[in-house]
Amino acid sequence: MTASSRIPLLPAEEHERRRRRANSALQPLWELLDAVKDPEIPVVSLWELGVLQDIALENEEVVVTITPTYSGCPAMRVMAEDVQQALAEAGYPRSRIVNKLAPAWSTSWMSDAAREKLRAYGIAPPGASGAAVHCPRCGSGQVRNISQFGSTACKALYQCGDCAELFDYFKPI
Amino acid sequence: MPDTGTKEAVKQYAIRLGDDALVLGHRLSEWCSYGPFLEEDLALTNVALDFIGRARMFYSYAAELAADGSTEDTYAYTRDCRDFSNLLIHELPRGDFAFSMARQYLVDAYNLAYMESLRQSADNTLAAIAEKAVKESSYHLRRSHDWMLRLGDGTAESHQRLQRAVDELWGYTPELFAMDALEQQLADAGIAVDAAALRPGWEQSVAATLAEATLQKPAGDWEVSGGRRGIHTEALGHMLSELQFMQRAYPGLQW
Repeated sequence: MTASSRIPLLPAEEHERRRRRANSALQPLWELLDAVKDPEIPVVSLWELGVLQDIALENEEVVVTITPTYSGCPAMRVMAEDVQQALAEAGYPRSRIVNKLAPAWSTSWMSDAAREKLRAYGIAPPGASGAAVHCPRCGSGQVRNISQFGSTACKALYQCGDCAELFDYFKPI
Repeated sequence: MPDTGTKEAVKQYAIRLGDDALVLGHRLSEWCSYGPFLEEDLALTNVALDFIGRARMFYSYAAELAADGSTEDTYAYTRDCRDFSNLLIHELPRGDFAFSMARQYLVDAYNLAYMESLRQSADNTLAAIAEKAVKESSYHLRRSHDWMLRLGDGTAESHQRLQRAVDELWGYTPELFAMDALEQQLADAGIAVDAAALRPGWEQSVAATLAEATLQKPAGDWEVSGGRRGIHTEALGHMLSELQFMQRAYPGLQW
């Protein structure tokens, strides 16, 4: 067994993203935006989802950089509005959203804690590509794919063969 | 910074790719609430959203290059048929479910190879859009490929409908690989995809799928083209009259 198959490696761009936050002089703003959740999955924040990329202050204007999940995800607009509203309510009336396409968003940016939150919410978290899917309710591996698209573009619909629960699986991309 | 000529060519190229994505995305969206069953309805409309999102990214980039006050909406809502440069296969009416899935399979197989190539573009924005598109298209292809097998190797009725769809679509596929001066110029500069080079790989994988789905490969004795030059089938005008109605009736309308 090689080291890379045992140790989960963080993608370089995700390492960068975490470092940007850690080294940022705008800690209060990062913490403020931790309150902004995915409108479709209100248990994970934009930061945990990997959408929130950077925060900067330019001439009293807050510039928030985000990376869209899917090209056509209708929630992206709501996310941008929610970010601007949270900033406005906290006393930052001037803000701007910048969309950053590259590197393309990947579920591998999601932390283990965020994955656990998804599971507790009833959504099977994204595993490594090709990894087995487990029922978020009973943990069974006896599941079958009902539809390759679930309630949103990022999810597929599954059913558990043991507890019969229908559940969404967050697709790894 | 590229010279003005190249910049204009890249803008045109981005509009072409945006047109392809918008027109196909709209055709898929027409299935909303008409899918054969609920899960399939969701799948079709989700794929539609991916294409409409892709169109928005290409159009936004074109608008940025144009720097004349145009926005993504300018391209989607205020141009007429002759200004649309989508490949014809995308505009054909959705037909029955077999027809929509056969078209989807043929263009998914093409799009995946196309976007994998565009990912290497010397233009960073086009490469970034392609990077996202590759992930989505590989998922689309898995699904449409499955449907080819299910319908082709399914009942006599589904087989016959899918064969008819493939026959009707076949003559529109050569256009996918045609290169004109604009795309050749950009391909030589490492910006655009050399579509002609994708043809052998596409033909091979499509032939394998047709065989597996127990379908006959069409003879290929006719072909239609013209989309990139603004010469369209009558279907596009009808589609645009619906797609653009609100902006035509109430110019500048905002939600």
